Amino acid sequence: MPSLSGFVPAVLGGVLVGLAATLYWAANRRVAGVSGIVRGAIAGGAAGGRGQPLAFLLGLVSAGGVGSLFRAAPHAAAAQPSAVLVLAGLLVGFGTAVGGGCTSGHGVCGVARLRLRSLIATATFVAVGALTVALVARLLPTWSAR
Amino acid sequence: MNRGVTGYLAGLVFGLGLVVSGMIDPANVVGFLDFGGLTAPWQPALIGVMGGAVLTHGLLLRLLERRQQPAAFAGCADLTPPPAFIDRRLFIGSAIFGVGWGLSGYCPGPAIVSLGFGPGRAWLFVAALIVGGFVGGFVADAVRDSRDRLLGVSAAGR
Repeated sequence: MPSLSGFVPAVLGGVLVGLAATLYWAANRRVAGVSGIVRGAIAGGAAGGRGQPLAFLLGLVSAGGVGSLFRAAPHAAAAQPSAVLVLAGLLVGFGTAVGGGCTSGHGVCGVARLRLRSLIATATFVAVGALTVALVARLLPTWSAR
Repeated sequence: MNRGVTGYLAGLVFGLGLVVSGMIDPANVVGFLDFGGLTAPWQPALIGVMGGAVLTHGLLLRLLERRQQPAAFAGCADLTPPPAFIDRRLFIGSAIFGVGWGLSGYCPGPAIVSLGFGPGRAWLFVAALIVGGFVGGFVADAVRDSRDRLLGVSAAGR
């Protein structure tokens, strides 16, 4: 079993995510779902325009800039083919557009509101994600992102 | 406060949370999804991240609701969440997302934060994410429109 201390940065990071999602909601009355924000920043939403989502994305990238002062860049597993990464990006973009959210929109914001729709979505993508990881580990280990 | 400023601050704090939690590393996400420990021991940290985020956000939302007058929300259509449609799109979309998530260890937030670290392969993922998002949005709209036509629902009445 992993040590309890490993959970300290995890929970601390989660609390920051929860604070940020609340700020975004309180200021804009928008759910801080990153997949929807990406589409809104480019296509422009029905309400509020592109400014807010673009500003949010700029904030996310800035956080990476701040992070780069303290730690090494996060990497996709070196052995993982780039084509797999592109395929994964297409699937994540397509799936979140069709399913109406990702780990932030459904997983954090929707679950925090106890929305049945988001609870179902979250259970689905965690289960299918786990199945995918298990299949890749068994059948195509060089594709593994671990 | 200006909406651009609050949007930026929210994105910054959100992204810092992902950096601090370690979830910008695809290996940590896949380490969680590998429940069976097939490649290495199972890493449960993502539960702490989701738990911390959900509890914080849930509690603060309830506090906010208590403080605000319901009348203040009357003109704000965004406040009331849309009805909780449970349909095939929700399952199919979430399952497709799960495949991409498991393959790469990336979901949209961490991938975009990674761009701030400079050039790297996360850019490939994000470019594909944008393309996939537009195709998915187009398909979802087309499916909904054809269903509405079948049901005789006008776009205006939706």
